[in-house]
Amino acid sequence: MFLKKLILTFLLLNFFTNDSFSAEKQEKLLTLNWSFNGFFGKFERASLQRGYQVYTEVCASCHSMNLLSYRNLSEVGGPSFSEEEVKAIASKVEVLDGPNDNGEMFKRPGKPSDKFVSPFANEKAARAANGGAYPPDMSVLVKARAGGADYIYSVLMGYDDKPPKNVKLEDGVYYNKYMAGNKIKMAKPLNKDSVNYSDGTVATQEQLAKDVTTFLTWASEPHLEARKRLGFKTVIYLLILTVLVYLVKKKIWSRVEPKV
Amino acid sequence: MSDKNLENTSAEYKPVHTNKVGGSPFKGVVGWIDNRLPIFRMFKYEYLDFQVPKNLSYLWSLGGILMICLIFLIVTGLVLGMHYKPSSSEAFESVEKIMRDVNFGWLIRYMHMNFASFFFIAVYIHIFRGLYYGSYKEPRQLMWLIGIVIFFLMMATAFLGYTLPWGQMSYWGATVITNLFSAVPFVGESIVTWLWGDYAVGDATLNRFYVLHWLIAFGILGIVIFHVIALHIVGSNNPSGIEPKDTRDTVSFAPFTTSKDLFAMLIFLFAFVIITMYAPNYLGHPDNYIPADPLVTPAHIVPEWYFLPFYAILRSIPDKLMGVIAMVSSIAILGLLPWLDLSKIRSSVFRPIWKQFVFLFVLDFFILMYVGGMPAEGIYLLIGRVGTAYWFLFFLIIAPLVSLIEKPLPMPNSIHEFEQWKKQGKIKTFKLF
Repeated sequence: MFLKKLILTFLLLNFFTNDSFSAEKQEKLLTLNWSFNGFFGKFERASLQRGYQVYTEVCASCHSMNLLSYRNLSEVGGPSFSEEEVKAIASKVEVLDGPNDNGEMFKRPGKPSDKFVSPFANEKAARAANGGAYPPDMSVLVKARAGGADYIYSVLMGYDDKPPKNVKLEDGVYYNKYMAGNKIKMAKPLNKDSVNYSDGTVATQEQLAKDVTTFLTWASEPHLEARKRLGFKTVIYLLILTVLVYLVKKKIWSRVEPKV
Repeated sequence: MSDKNLENTSAEYKPVHTNKVGGSPFKGVVGWIDNRLPIFRMFKYEYLDFQVPKNLSYLWSLGGILMICLIFLIVTGLVLGMHYKPSSSEAFESVEKIMRDVNFGWLIRYMHMNFASFFFIAVYIHIFRGLYYGSYKEPRQLMWLIGIVIFFLMMATAFLGYTLPWGQMSYWGATVITNLFSAVPFVGESIVTWLWGDYAVGDATLNRFYVLHWLIAFGILGIVIFHVIALHIVGSNNPSGIEPKDTRDTVSFAPFTTSKDLFAMLIFLFAFVIITMYAPNYLGHPDNYIPADPLVTPAHIVPEWYFLPFYAILRSIPDKLMGVIAMVSSIAILGLLPWLDLSKIRSSVFRPIWKQFVFLFVLDFFILMYVGGMPAEGIYLLIGRVGTAYWFLFFLIIAPLVSLIEKPLPMPNSIHEFEQWKKQGKIKTFKLF
């Protein structure tokens, strides 16, 4: 029936256009075949560790990650640094603590239980240092953007030194293909060899962007692996239970509707 | 003297029984309890011996599914409430703490979030069922009205709950919706300030929204009990719309309905698990992972998907006050349907014209949902207005008119005859695909 087909069409249309607003005349995002996609998705440990290196050496000079602690780096399903490594990582930062018994604030080396140290004391300081723009906290950034990991990756790859002629850029504003309005106040953060990978991986721009996006995805969804694993188990369990219940139901109802 | 008084008593006064102990069909400890507190016999009569029409389709399983959703929402909500902090400076972080540090907190929170969405999916199918099979007609009008009250409360609870994570959409959604009350003439502004508990949406607002979210959630549970009691008085409607006459027409609730409902619940849960475990944020909005910022307005403020049809109606009216009235009455008008639809025949199976308009109404619902998610301008605004017009025409004009002019199809005399006709291909029943 025509009407039913129309209803179905609009139902599906609704289901697939839930990001309708952000879809306004935007460049199609670059899509990668992320290892954490799909039913059995997992993070690549090495990529997470490299991504953390990119974060600390590049992003962390402007972007905070307030919701993460150094201890998270050794947790299951994450970059899986050893506890010794995490202690070493944490001890490299200076943390403001106190007040001590004399009522004075003091600095001490970080501990795994400390939150990631922010690059700026507060939002005003961050804006002052970045031409008025506030570098967003990156703890849940991947979940806070339509397109998720693909969006972050695309923005990192979307810089162009020669913007189209009709685009006028003020001082301290850069052209980015994937940013809303194509303008961004962050200078191109990743270039070839921005980071000297300790595991010897060649640091191409693609590699850097991929690694840091993987790291950020884990940061915003640290239990992704556990979720997908539990999801699979639940699906299997439900499938078996559903078949059993269906058979029970059929058996019970056979008393009412004898087979013709 | 005293003897005479006694004689007077027996002649003029009726005996009283201040206790009604007894009457239990059970023996032993269960009987002893049941004689004093008749819960066991109530369960027996209302769930084991209870007769329901034997031809109920899976559309009748939604009631039970909704009950499961409500229970899951309350249980997961209880756990979340133990960790959540309703303060504008701590709310966002406390939710993230649940997601990161509370054992299986991510699971509890994603379940709560998505059960809210699935609650609405189920309730929309449930309402459609009532609409298509005329479940609102005599003698089920009151049950229908109670259902509408539940739906209003659900919407209130969902809206309040959505503000709790204190993300950008939480904050701005709360601002937009509470501002609607400013449309009330003369006292509008005062009402809004009273609702906020402040001169802007803030800490005080979040605190009271948290309390009200709990209160109304349990209010729903209470009114659902009325809905179910009413159901057990008037009995279930069925796809034929004909009341059961004898035992050929019915089955007992257990094990027939229970086994069927359980199967339907598992299918529903399956869809729920797929979304919750593999795309938990699909039905939400990414902006709600940005902490609330009163100084930055999001590019587009969109409500949750289940509010979109009504949001479209609100925006299709140029006047704020009239828009609010239209939005509220678009739901309240459902309550008039038992008295606007004059046809005595319940099931659309026998109402060829009405059936088409019901499907058109469903289409209208999805179109409005689509429009509600689009910017209110140009073609979308026009479609939204046509959709809104049809929504009200459906109830006010089409329902009474069709019931007067429509010539219904020939009807069987009983449910078992209905089933025979169905087998013989004499009647076509509703199939989704």
